Amino acid sequence: MSSAIIVGGGIVGCAVALELAQAGVQVTLIERDCLGSGATAAGMGHIVVMDEGEAQLKLTLYGQQLWQTLTAAHPQRHEYHECGTLWVATDAEEWQLVAEKAAVYRQHLIPCEILDAAALYAHEPALRAGLVGGLLVPNDSVVYPPKSAVYLWQQAEKHAAKLVYGEVRSIQANAVQLSDGRQLHADAIVIANGQRCIELLPELPIRAKRGQLVITERYPNLIKHQLVELSYIKNAHASSGDSVAFNLQPRPNGQLLIGSSRQFDRTDRQIDQQLLSTMLRKAIDYVPALADVRCLRTWTGVRAASPDGLPLIGQHPEQAGLWLNVGHEGLGITTALSSARLLADQMLHRPAALDLQPYLPRGLQQEQR
Amino acid sequence: MSLNLVIVGAGPAGLAAAWSASQSKANVTLIDQYDQAGGQIWRGGTHAAPKRYQHLFAQQTELRYLNKTHVIGANADHLFLATPNGPQQLAFDRVILANGARELFLPFPGWTLPKVLGVGGLQALVKGGLPIAGKNVVVAGSGPLLVAVASQLKQRGAIVKAVVEQAPLGQLLRFGRSLAGYPSKIGQAAQSIAMLRNTPFYPNTWVVAAEGAGAVQQVRLSNHHSIECDYLACSWSLIANTELAQQLGCKLEHSFVLVDRGQQTSVNHIYAAGELTGIGGEDKAIVEGQIAGFAATGNYQAASQLAHKQAQARQFSQQLATSFALRPELRQLAQANTLVCRCEDVTFEQLQNQPSWRSAKLQTRCGMGVCQGRVCSSATQYLFGWGQDSVRFPIHPVSVADLVMESV
Repeated sequence: MSSAIIVGGGIVGCAVALELAQAGVQVTLIERDCLGSGATAAGMGHIVVMDEGEAQLKLTLYGQQLWQTLTAAHPQRHEYHECGTLWVATDAEEWQLVAEKAAVYRQHLIPCEILDAAALYAHEPALRAGLVGGLLVPNDSVVYPPKSAVYLWQQAEKHAAKLVYGEVRSIQANAVQLSDGRQLHADAIVIANGQRCIELLPELPIRAKRGQLVITERYPNLIKHQLVELSYIKNAHASSGDSVAFNLQPRPNGQLLIGSSRQFDRTDRQIDQQLLSTMLRKAIDYVPALADVRCLRTWTGVRAASPDGLPLIGQHPEQAGLWLNVGHEGLGITTALSSARLLADQMLHRPAALDLQPYLPRGLQQEQR
Repeated sequence: MSLNLVIVGAGPAGLAAAWSASQSKANVTLIDQYDQAGGQIWRGGTHAAPKRYQHLFAQQTELRYLNKTHVIGANADHLFLATPNGPQQLAFDRVILANGARELFLPFPGWTLPKVLGVGGLQALVKGGLPIAGKNVVVAGSGPLLVAVASQLKQRGAIVKAVVEQAPLGQLLRFGRSLAGYPSKIGQAAQSIAMLRNTPFYPNTWVVAAEGAGAVQQVRLSNHHSIECDYLACSWSLIANTELAQQLGCKLEHSFVLVDRGQQTSVNHIYAAGELTGIGGEDKAIVEGQIAGFAATGNYQAASQLAHKQAQARQFSQQLATSFALRPELRQLAQANTLVCRCEDVTFEQLQNQPSWRSAKLQTRCGMGVCQGRVCSSATQYLFGWGQDSVRFPIHPVSVADLVMESV
């Protein structure tokens, strides 16, 4: 394989571009808007090790390690900030989850610290009274993904990667057709355009999961860690309906990002006021001082969700030369670098650091063909 | 049940709309962000406004006035409000948008120095009590506002060192001659000009830099003059506050809200009047407001009787736009290190190589700060020819608590 076209210049597409260009592949990246927009710009930029199953934990942990390497030389360029994640337990049931979660992390040698109520308030005095404790995962971090995407692209450009602005209308074997009539050819096509992949490949088992976020003015001393409710996974990964889960992030500049919400099959940009209100009520419930914090803006973004929550990384099961790196749901920033590496390993027949099996493209919907 | 009509903005256009709507049996709610109605032109209450608008508030009318209230967003049938008593959803059948314009700021070296202000900004501060007597002021930029405000400042004892107008003299003279068609404007202009008879007026000239330690002390002009001053008041142009119109889905044309003869926008039941549809001052605001108020309450005959005045006002607005069109040299004023976005400290140089406004926002945070790009998005549109991005909810910064609505 000597040439590749990558569809989508978000963080995943840019990461794949760098992986392939570095290996000497002649890369063409196609972007419809601007680099690092789309879901890359809409998300929180939380680099987090998630433990919903072994495969997810390994992919996110590998991603985190690659992020640490990438940002080591110029952390500022990515606005990289190791604030850690603090999982907050509200009751005995969630306190039980703290112990279970800690056991999993420790088994994988991931540093973490169980906090009782007193320690929790010592770390985050702004949390409401009556909480039972939490789990601090200190190596988790935040980045500003649009800048990182452009950084990755600029590195790829040094290896002769080319950028084309345009909208892909269809994909044929070893070629893509743009809406302005242009046709581009390459040995391999990589689909890395998030939820929009189903416009090109309707057989993919990807559903839109829309989220809404709020950003505030600067409150540099309110909280120090990314605060997430322990029932996050339970609340965030219901298989239908609208849901909210408390997730509050301190940006390095003092701004706060308030999340999170999930709505299936919606891709429009109109804010859902009712869901926003529910999400914010929950945030105020955890951190009462938030009530008086001033909000600058809200926005929506669309996650690409697969049925099992794991991304699809590898060759399309039915089309040789067509490669996928999609379906990262809410973890696409964390898993951008690891998934790009694992995809490049497959495309270039290199040994991979992880067992690839759980991530291989699967679950194609036949009836829609 | 009578019609729920909501009017956003209680300046001349909004008050005129409220007055003509009050001739019908509509339920009228008038919303303004300030305490007192009047807007920028009749600032600080309606005593400066014609009597009939004062009566709107005096009488036991159907008018409900929500002051100190921001409209922060909208959907197809509700406005979302931030009121002094918390968030509120307001159902509407019709909306008249009359929320005016703001000043365009163009970046030049020193434009962010203290005491470099907008012309309208300085006017408002002085009306609000800022002592200006004995202070040296340079008024610069473009448009009739310069002369009008300069004369007001002089009346209050300011020493207006110069009025600096970027438009060429020939264009100004043509504009002056065209005023013959608008008797009310001649009177205003003559008064202002008489007041400024000993004040230097530089046409075809613009500010190239403001200088000073701690605050502006000196202004450098394109004609190589330097003038010492305590204040520099700049106004390049006015730009319509179209954010709410955009959230409601109204079409824009050249950054103004597109309306038909009945002042209806591209969205059914949403009307716009005044500066939102094109800069034209008080007369245009009043006639458009009246028409919108009549049209929105089904009083089409009364609306159509104002068609001639409306056409005249729009023609004047066109003349203003042509006569005071900004010259291309103004795009070259900013230096590499001149701030363009003062909320997020973004310089001209950081923006120069960005491919689009969206990319500039994402990569530099230009326009992502407290003012949400109100200042710099218009400047960058002019400087780089970039388009606009979508308007984000809330239109004005509000507290988290103010975003928590009761269930719809």
